Amino acid sequence: MSTVTPASEPDSATPVSDPRGAGVDLGQPWTLSPQVALRPERFGALAYHFGTRRLSFLKSPQLLAVVEALADHPSAREACRAVGVTDAELPTYEHALGTLARTDMIVPRSPA
Amino acid sequence: MSTLNHATPAKIARPVGRLVDEFQSGLDAPICLTWELTYACNLACVHCLSSSGRRDPRELSTDECKAVIDELQRMQVFYVNIGGGEPTVRKDFWELVDYATDHQVGVKFSTNGSRIDAEVAQKLAASDYVDVQISLDGATAEVNDYVRGPGSYDTAMTAMQHLADAGFEGFKLSVVCTRQNIGQLDEFKAIADRYKAQLRLTRLRPSGRGADTWDELHPLPHQQKELYDWLVAHGEDVLTGDSFFHLAAYGDALPGLNLCGAGRVVCLIDPIGDVYACPFAIHDEFLAGNLRSEGGFQKVWRESELFLELREPQSAGACNSCQFFDKCRGGCMAAKFFTGLPMDGPDPECVLGHGEQLLADRGDDLLPKPSKDYSKKLSKRQRLEQAAAERGITLPDVLPSEVRAGIEQMPDRACDENPLAGFAVQQR
Repeated sequence: MSTVTPASEPDSATPVSDPRGAGVDLGQPWTLSPQVALRPERFGALAYHFGTRRLSFLKSPQLLAVVEALADHPSAREACRAVGVTDAELPTYEHALGTLARTDMIVPRSPA
Repeated sequence: MSTLNHATPAKIARPVGRLVDEFQSGLDAPICLTWELTYACNLACVHCLSSSGRRDPRELSTDECKAVIDELQRMQVFYVNIGGGEPTVRKDFWELVDYATDHQVGVKFSTNGSRIDAEVAQKLAASDYVDVQISLDGATAEVNDYVRGPGSYDTAMTAMQHLADAGFEGFKLSVVCTRQNIGQLDEFKAIADRYKAQLRLTRLRPSGRGADTWDELHPLPHQQKELYDWLVAHGEDVLTGDSFFHLAAYGDALPGLNLCGAGRVVCLIDPIGDVYACPFAIHDEFLAGNLRSEGGFQKVWRESELFLELREPQSAGACNSCQFFDKCRGGCMAAKFFTGLPMDGPDPECVLGHGEQLLADRGDDLLPKPSKDYSKKLSKRQRLEQAAAERGITLPDVLPSEVRAGIEQMPDRACDENPLAGFAVQQR
């Protein structure tokens, strides 16, 4: 997952994913922000936040699958498992989701 | 907002590469695009990329513009950068902005600020989906007005004050970097900070009227290094529109994708619906098609010969042996074209100096002729003043009666005839 400025005329600079940044709390329920639209691409997806006018790139189809699954699962961890993320891969997704949470692309959801 | 189903790309067999390589080979829809809504403008900046001034009577109608927005929504182009000309002079400007934001197409528009009064600023501050970019090319009136015209500095500053008063934080202050303003970078940053705006620096291109002024305005080699160092020091704080990837050969790459997105992930729609590879390339050479033709914008984007060609691997040509090619990728296509340099060679502002030598050896007959020019025709008095200025002559405020009579007899249209022919004007 990286959030970089797109070629030519970006709306808003977004920080390149920060390896020191905190991960998301995988035990909590999350969801895609209602202000964010996703556009699937071969490499993953474009994610655009209409409120912050921030564009991010989800750099793998599996990360897109995780993000799309968040709303249907009681925790981010279960959403990851549901789309086939292995335990070994979990830390990577914890950080990727953390970057998305810091830029308000995903938001906490009250437990159902 | 929901995730719309996206058309399956036709290139499934190709393995997915690095993000940059994916972009290089083109997406099914642009990431974002620039849309010049009109060629009409109340200013006449000497470096205008689109040679704007007069409205083109073939301009897209309100309904046609709305149909384009519908299509962009279907293709999930999440935002457009609206410009011109001065886009706010269109009577339907706010109607189109509202229509776009109601249809999941975010808008950032560029303006000289002349229409941003207190009321408009309030409206803009209230909308999440609209961003504003005020153009200013000097941190002082002297430097700015030299390029953008008398009074344009005050106009921009007043507009920024209105936006700040309305509580609009984070609008963009957009600066084209020139030989005359490179020394003002800290001052630009201070102005942006004062109005709670974000500074955006972009590269001067030899496009449009910029072709005529580039030699005088483009930064000198040592200024390019100064700019690069300044950008490195300010990092993500300052936006660049990925303008300066040709400077990457100085050292580390600047923030951004560092690739030319023309016809691959970005493009330009002009006021009459012509689709060009990028905002700096309004010329027949980079014209992909017109969205009024059957199949609309999507067909031009996905099928035009030009865009398909740009998505193929490009030849590095003379830059092949350069160790920095992977960083700068030969620089800007439009900059090369409009300075008459070969496309598969160095950028005219190559930081290793390879472009300068080519420019020195190039004959002027290689310079491309402009395809479009909407510059306002000058009045007879203005033409007289211009011709006088070129010759170092100062005209008196009140012209002698024989000169005034002579002006009346001047042909209405600009032509090769010297407007001073036959007049004896006192030389100082």
